[in-house]
Amino acid sequence: MKTLKTFAGAASLFASRFAFAADAPAEQPLNWHAIVMFLIFVAITLIITYWAATRTKTASDFYAAGRGITGLQNGMAIAGDFMSAASFLGIAALVYMNGFYGLIFSVGWLVGWPIILFLIAERLRNLGKYTYADVVSFRLQQGPVRTMAAIGSLIVVIWYLIGQAVGAGQLLHTLVPQISYRESIVVVGGLIIIYVTFGGMKATTWVQIIKAALLLGGATLMAIGVMAHEGFSFAKLFSDAVAIHPKHMDIMKSVVKIGAKANPLESISLGLTLMLGTAGLPHILMRFFTVTDSKAARKSVLYGTCFIGFFYILTFIIGFGAIVLVANNPEYVANISKSILDLKGGANMPAVYLSHAIGGDLFLGFIAAVAFATILAVVSGLTLAGASALSHDIYANVIMKGRASEKQEVWVSKMSVIGLGVLAVLLGFAFEKQNIAYIVGLTFSIAACTNFPILALSVFWRGLTTRGAVIGGYTGIFGSIGLLIVGPTIWTSILKMGPAIFPYDFPTFVVLPLVLIVAYIASVTDKSESAAKERAAFDAQMIRAETGLGAEAGAVAH
Amino acid sequence: MSELIASKIQNNPKYLQLVRSRNTLSWTLSALVCIMYFGFTLMIAFTPDILTQPIAADSVIPVGMLMGVGVIFASCVLTGIYVYVANHTFDPIVNEIVSEASK
Repeated sequence: MKTLKTFAGAASLFASRFAFAADAPAEQPLNWHAIVMFLIFVAITLIITYWAATRTKTASDFYAAGRGITGLQNGMAIAGDFMSAASFLGIAALVYMNGFYGLIFSVGWLVGWPIILFLIAERLRNLGKYTYADVVSFRLQQGPVRTMAAIGSLIVVIWYLIGQAVGAGQLLHTLVPQISYRESIVVVGGLIIIYVTFGGMKATTWVQIIKAALLLGGATLMAIGVMAHEGFSFAKLFSDAVAIHPKHMDIMKSVVKIGAKANPLESISLGLTLMLGTAGLPHILMRFFTVTDSKAARKSVLYGTCFIGFFYILTFIIGFGAIVLVANNPEYVANISKSILDLKGGANMPAVYLSHAIGGDLFLGFIAAVAFATILAVVSGLTLAGASALSHDIYANVIMKGRASEKQEVWVSKMSVIGLGVLAVLLGFAFEKQNIAYIVGLTFSIAACTNFPILALSVFWRGLTTRGAVIGGYTGIFGSIGLLIVGPTIWTSILKMGPAIFPYDFPTFVVLPLVLIVAYIASVTDKSESAAKERAAFDAQMIRAETGLGAEAGAVAH
Repeated sequence: MSELIASKIQNNPKYLQLVRSRNTLSWTLSALVCIMYFGFTLMIAFTPDILTQPIAADSVIPVGMLMGVGVIFASCVLTGIYVYVANHTFDPIVNEIVSEASK
């Protein structure tokens, strides 16, 4: 049981919980540096949105940036879409509290990327148009398959949005106490509605690229600052951290959180969830439709993986740097006689204070603005992915059965963006005081148990039929949600119903095999004529997937 | 894509060879990543003592830290290998197949 709490506790950090934000003292001086830098970022992104809006005319422009994004640009945008403020502040905070334990999460999230490249990136680009449901429904029945895939996408997107909205509210309020939690969320909601409705995927992509550059640049400067302080010696960094940290040598032994024992099943399930969940996130999969061809899709994963891997190593140095420079420093620690680790403003502050320790108010302002820009970029990508599931899958292909004009479809998309933006703000309000520790489990479990396996089966297995995909898909969605509800985080911690019926936080090790078995049985027992046609259509699908013949054309270089 | 082109590609031995070699590479590399990552994960569960040993007698850096960073680094290298092979081996074959089929 102890392990479960460990993973749940770690997961909660990644669900963007910025604890105790409300306790920040109101008389704190206004953080001008942060506000000015944030306004500069907003001004630049609004100019880009204006530029993108004048160049967004067709549905392909809106959803896929006209398929004119290069491999390098998309690699940056992938990194910008994926590296969240929660992983920046959260991993640094985990390392700060527990030593090198935080590395387990970084590694899990990174290894999803090679899998995306080896198995799905190019095939996705060759087969799809705007959403991953295009690929799953390529040779299957549009209505039922797209409905299932869109529901899977929307659940992931909406819960991910809640985490980001709550995180944004708490982060901005902590950094600039004069702005309230609710005002912060309204600012985020308003900005992303402007970016996405006017600028579509072009604006979203460039917001993500700029954010990735700022975040990588900022984190690099911080890591250099730390290493300069430690005479560019890792040995000195780690021995200083061991000397200062109250857990001393234990922080170098914490392959699992200090005091906990790893459980093999739990570890495997967590690993599967992080790895395959990454490969099933709808806003990430959508990025592969923006590039010119499958070659660019492939390159973009290589660049993206390197940027993200580099970033994770930086957060690691930042976490250890914070032990040396932030812990035991009365300027940052709440009550130094009680604990030299507990910081003012809550658990996710080590990276923020480290920037102050290295570069004073100016650098703190910069990092604060970067953290906020990070949330904007992730939320934009999520909102666009959710809107495309509503407009392209549900409206254009399920309700209108492909008869909607491009103009109508894009209009519905923009309305969906506004709807999702408003929904994110309202849910952000509603979840202000809620325990959202299960969000990472929920979103990544559904992505790992539904989106990824159904996508992989449709591309690699001739035998998959509509019945198999639909029944398998719903098994993944409802199986994950059901087991999460009766699991330790929701059943025991939130609902207080006593010991969990299903004692694991990540149900992937049960649900994923179940989905594969159900999809297999439902497909092979399907003797209908349409199922036979779907199997026969596999050859043509495979030719397109492998050669790119018939794939959506990319933009000519511009 | 016309039926004719599709059947030409379907019957082109180069296409079958391409699919086979690309699948071999994809699944081999995927298996490598899984072995690396789940090996690391299972070591955490079963043999944490090995991971917490320092890399040298006078060092505080544990073996597990190097292994974790190693997995990140290896992931980048393996993606690089796939992209290199795809660019230099698979793409020319795809181009040949496509041009032969559209003749």
